[in-house]
Amino acid sequence: INLCHLLSTIDMGIFQRFARIPLKSTYIWSLCRQYSTDLTAVDRALIQHRCVHNRGLGASPGNPGAAPPRLPFSRVTQEDLAFFRTLLPGRTITDPDLLKSSNVDWLKTVEGNSEVLLRPKTTEEVSQILRYCNERNLAVCPQGGNTGLVGGSVPVFDEIILSTSLMKQVITFDNISGILTCQAGCVLENLSNYLEERDFIMPLDLGAKGSCHIGGNVSTNAGGLRLLRYGSLRGTVLGLEVVLADGRILNCLATLRKDNTGYDLKQLFIGSEGTLGVITAVSILCPRKPKAVNVAFLGCSSFQQLLETFQCCRGMLGEILSAFEFLDASCMSLLEKHLKLTNPITESPFYIVIETAGSNATHDEEKLHKFLEEVMTSSLVTDGTVATEATKIKALWSLRERVTEALTHEGYTYKYDISLPVEKIYDLVQDMRGHLGDMAKNVVGYGHVGDGNLHLNITSPSKDPALLAAIEPYVYEWTSKWKGSISAEHGLGLKKRNYIYYSKPSEAVALMGSIKAMLDPKGILNPYKTLPDNIH
Amino acid sequence: MLPLRFRRVTMSARVLVGVKRVIDYAVKIRVKPDRTGVVTDGVKHSMNPFCEIAVEEAVKLKEKKLVKEVVAVSCGPQQVQETIRTALAMGADRGIHVEVSGKDYETLGPLQVSKIFAALAKKEQADLIILGKQAIDDDCNQTGQMTAALLDWPQGTFASEVTLEADKLKVVREIDGGLETIKIKLPAVVTADLRLNTPRYATLPNIMKAKKKKIVNVKPADLGVDVSSRLEVLKVDEPPQRQSGVKVETVHDLVEKLKEAGRI
Repeated sequence: INLCHLLSTIDMGIFQRFARIPLKSTYIWSLCRQYSTDLTAVDRALIQHRCVHNRGLGASPGNPGAAPPRLPFSRVTQEDLAFFRTLLPGRTITDPDLLKSSNVDWLKTVEGNSEVLLRPKTTEEVSQILRYCNERNLAVCPQGGNTGLVGGSVPVFDEIILSTSLMKQVITFDNISGILTCQAGCVLENLSNYLEERDFIMPLDLGAKGSCHIGGNVSTNAGGLRLLRYGSLRGTVLGLEVVLADGRILNCLATLRKDNTGYDLKQLFIGSEGTLGVITAVSILCPRKPKAVNVAFLGCSSFQQLLETFQCCRGMLGEILSAFEFLDASCMSLLEKHLKLTNPITESPFYIVIETAGSNATHDEEKLHKFLEEVMTSSLVTDGTVATEATKIKALWSLRERVTEALTHEGYTYKYDISLPVEKIYDLVQDMRGHLGDMAKNVVGYGHVGDGNLHLNITSPSKDPALLAAIEPYVYEWTSKWKGSISAEHGLGLKKRNYIYYSKPSEAVALMGSIKAMLDPKGILNPYKTLPDNIH
Repeated sequence: MLPLRFRRVTMSARVLVGVKRVIDYAVKIRVKPDRTGVVTDGVKHSMNPFCEIAVEEAVKLKEKKLVKEVVAVSCGPQQVQETIRTALAMGADRGIHVEVSGKDYETLGPLQVSKIFAALAKKEQADLIILGKQAIDDDCNQTGQMTAALLDWPQGTFASEVTLEADKLKVVREIDGGLETIKIKLPAVVTADLRLNTPRYATLPNIMKAKKKKIVNVKPADLGVDVSSRLEVLKVDEPPQRQSGVKVETVHDLVEKLKEAGRI
């Protein structure tokens, strides 16, 4: 810390007490001779920017999802910028226009004001960045594709954004074992394309595949559409390379299917949402590309019949079933209204998307046709259509995958990602509709019904605190009552960190806090996220 | 009161729709190592997209009660029956499978197919033939035109809109300069372009019904058609690999590089 920095801190302190002007006005900075000569026009603009936006809204009992006050991390100085610019020439972004998109989440509901975006290309660079930030007590927000839905991927205040967008190399692929090793910044869709050329596929698939990074997927333990068939990342990820808060590189990038030597550290980082370490490389087990993929889109007149269809499906299609998703009639009308997609079948209260994936087209079609005949004749299903060609399959999948996009056109979306016993899934949607009445514009339900995972979405034309107060904590209490999870796959991020107690006992959360303190004593990695505020 | 002629045409009007089984639009095509053609074994096939549009248009005409029967026709080996079944699931009434297999199938092209269609049109007493404007595997865009010529029927090709008016067909065609509207007398040949309609999804009840619809097998010889080809494929190659571009930092660099490449 140089003397001038120290002086300016003292000056600011004195001034704040006596003059009661905002802590960061340009005038105070100019008091320090050193800074007044070094300030450029851009710097002044940055300081003004800080002054306007630097108000920690503070999580209050009425609003546990809002940001807490800013913790006393250091602020980025010219020297810090000089260090970063030397380490990452041309890849240290400070232009506010370029930073804008990285400061706002995909849902456009959370905005930070980071002033520095770093784009390392190698694990070594990430290590040096973190070592430096740890010494300087600078907070860091790791960012992949920025498609997270709980405000975990963007800074809350001025945390430095550490982006994996340039770490997009595939390191190795073994086409006998199907084990892929790649850097954390590889986009999921690109990995899928790479693997498909080699007759394999990624074990996970989600609507955000065109933008999300595999590192982000692993840090959030993303679920997705194929979990039903291939399991979660906790099973398919074989190894990780992680950079810890102090810059140490933890290379657990094993490519072994079985390795019982000591504690399985990678499981700590999977789902840790960037708070325990920055994932820089992943090795993952990939399944063979199925020779035959079929998608059926069915309509059901009641949720009970949907569940019976699921049971029938499990029985008749068991080994080839690779996805079982649902959406309700409200979702379909939003898709038709905002995205101009057409409903391929007659209108029904519920729609199911079933995907089968197998090694023999004739066998699978026979199984599928028998199943469809069964559900049609027993009237479990009222209408449906089947697709075997890639373009038609994509079209049918888009009816499920693009619901999230359609919802963004309705104004402000309140998203809830809940795990419940399968029979109770739609009860929550109907309950919420009754409970909210006219306050909400739409209450829709869709999701991975096969995994017991509901995506409950409520929209209003704009942010409405009264509506939020009606939804929360009612929805969490409801979930807790049925021993469900308040965040099945989206994670906790910023928005849900304080709700962790609805699904985890306090002893567990306390232990999580201890682990965090051990791995990141200064708390610089993605602060204000995942763990509740009272953990400190 | 409609003129007698019009009533005869519409009340008993029969439409023949050609459906071709081609490699699926989304599949990555690979050339066979011996460069005699592309790999088709084990590759996903589906109905030619323009043929789907043709079927949709025919079914729409039937739903409007402007035609009485829609017959789906396909030429090829056993597998084309799947394609005919898809047409039946979309609403066609019955199918005709013209059996062509082996070497004959490999060399089957627009000339032979149009002869087959001309023969079938006479045999089935069709009033209208709707085909896709072209197939996505050979991109020939010839079958419709040749069929019309062999039958000496008028043709409305690249149709983006088809309306039955009295005993004439009003066809809006997509041409280079824009849209051309023509009126042609029935019987006629129409080829479907992309914007004619959006093909429906075959729904399960229709897929079930389609299983009971009839598909009749016919040999080209029965129609008096010789399917031998007058064309010989010499070789098939992949298109040349696209060279990657070069990024330059400044306008000056760009000018230098263009000069180096002899472009300026």
